[in-house]
Amino acid sequence: MNSISGASSLHCITELDIKEKIKSIRRSVIEMIHNESGHLGSSLSCLEIITVLYFMKMRHNPKNPNWEERDYFILSKGHAAPALYAVLAEAGYFSKEELKSFRRLGSRLQGHPDLRLPGIEAPSGSLGQGLSIGVGLALGAHNHGRKSKVYVLMGDGECDEGQFWEALMTAAHLKLTNLILIIDRNGWQLDGRTEEIKKKVPLKAKIESFGWKVYTVDGHNVQKIIEVLNQAEDSREPVAIIAYTKKGYGISFLENTNRGHKIQLNDEEYLMALKEIEEGN
Amino acid sequence: MRAFLAEGLCKIGKLFENVVVLTGDVAKPTCTYLFQEKYPNRFFNLGIGEQDIIGVAAGLALSGDIPIVALFASFLMRAWEQIRNTVSRANLNVKLIGTHAGLTAAADGASHQALEDIALMRVLPKMTIIVPGDPQETIEAIEAMVRIKGPTYLRIGKDETTKLFEGEGVFKIGRAVTLKDGRDVALISTGTITSEALKAAKCSEVDASVIHVPTIKPLDRDAIISAAKSCGIIICIEEHSTMGGLGGAIAELLSSEYPVPIIRIGVQDSFGESGSYYELLRKFGLTAENIRLVMKEAIKRK
Ligand SMILES: Cc1ncc(C[n+]2csc(CCOP(=O)(O)OP(=O)(O)O)c2C)c(N)n1
Repeated sequence: MNSISGASSLHCITELDIKEKIKSIRRSVIEMIHNESGHLGSSLSCLEIITVLYFMKMRHNPKNPNWEERDYFILSKGHAAPALYAVLAEAGYFSKEELKSFRRLGSRLQGHPDLRLPGIEAPSGSLGQGLSIGVGLALGAHNHGRKSKVYVLMGDGECDEGQFWEALMTAAHLKLTNLILIIDRNGWQLDGRTEEIKKKVPLKAKIESFGWKVYTVDGHNVQKIIEVLNQAEDSREPVAIIAYTKKGYGISFLENTNRGHKIQLNDEEYLMALKEIEEGN
Repeated sequence: MRAFLAEGLCKIGKLFENVVVLTGDVAKPTCTYLFQEKYPNRFFNLGIGEQDIIGVAAGLALSGDIPIVALFASFLMRAWEQIRNTVSRANLNVKLIGTHAGLTAAADGASHQALEDIALMRVLPKMTIIVPGDPQETIEAIEAMVRIKGPTYLRIGKDETTKLFEGEGVFKIGRAVTLKDGRDVALISTGTITSEALKAAKCSEVDASVIHVPTIKPLDRDAIISAAKSCGIIICIEEHSTMGGLGGAIAELLSSEYPVPIIRIGVQDSFGESGSYYELLRKFGLTAENIRLVMKEAIKRK
């Protein structure tokens, strides 16, 4: 099996490997949201993106989470925590067994991420704050002469928050080139379609007008994701990637609907979802 | 409580034509979508932008409408400075409703659990603060807050259905209600947690009075001073930080008017965490069981 093209030299991973990883992570997420309620649809739309970052792109070390030269990932849409937790467990930050404690009293896997869990770089849960934190991390890394890149993942509904636009201006003003924003453009927010709740279009042009370089990508296509992340490396401006995705991707009865925004799968749905994951690719 | 919030809103929607409801991408979880279905032209879902929404509400109030803003309590506080410098400073007729308050956001964890909202609102001049304890009280409180002029903060949780009252006419702004008389100790509480206080008092060898305080500001001074006089010791119970909320308000009042020992049950200088609602109430001592233990200890101090 060929090594998938474009993976960073730190990650030696085949196309088959990454597909298996994604399958396994999806399985973990589905198990968590059968045990407890959670934001399944919101997790499945960004699952490939986070997986590619951790297994093909970012320089990080699960055995040494505080390694100074590491790249950072911030899940600004903190409600998609199950996807991040499942990726971190798969990468070896903690055991997969611990995923069962998600949302339980005393667990390190809080409903929304906080720093008690190894691998979590910033608290989230209140929307619209992640990019500002990313600006700070990127600035800090730059000032200390570290090679660290900072990746921030946001929801498209989340772009409503004013703080996001403040941070866009700050990053452009500071000419940060070690900051990469990824927007999970699944077209939904809590109450409905993004364009019905509050118009975002033309999102790309808006962000460009703030002084950012903006790419778009199919957010479920692993090869395309890694390509665009590699392209983002050479920019002289802060980079945003608008990833077109589907909420609830991979589960037919949730896909491209908002039903799975927050849900707890019953036994029947859980088995159906698992079956689809096993059969799918 | 969310369902009763919607019922209350629909009721005043009918009574007052200039009532408008605003929310920020939480029409579903706040149940304000039920108002939207009835009064689509008087409902504005402005997306995830709490600070913007407060400004818009201020403008609507300046144009003569009565804007009611319903958001998760925790995220409403993001607009605290806008509430302070625009709404409160100009004494604008903006009605704020924080939902999912206290520990009711449960499994969502600390980010979603508002445990300091009462404290943050209390320090704002002219802000009326209401924390109803049962469905009927909620519905009446919504009407009452629209009938007065000026900024108001109404705090509710999520799906609690505790019942404290029978019949109608149960709520009046600024009035505390004695639910049970007693002489050994006074339990003073707010919100739905009053039902735990009542449970604790009902089967305890300690003879406790139970006073429900649905209006934190203005506080019913007379009711609290007379409870201090007749019982000599007070236990405050609230689903909130023990700092700055009901317990804080009572301590401020009694320290100058009639000092007695005050024990405060609530969340002690910490954030919440994920768990089931009941597990969290237990963790923070907000169950009848724990209140009963505290009562026993309290009378030893008399
Ligand atoms: C500041 C803040 N306001 C409101 C919420 C409640 N909330 C949680 S998820 C969500 C919708 C998010 O939509 P989007 O960013 O598009 O994410 P996705 O559709 O992928 O779930 C809202 C309003 C919140 N978590 N934080």
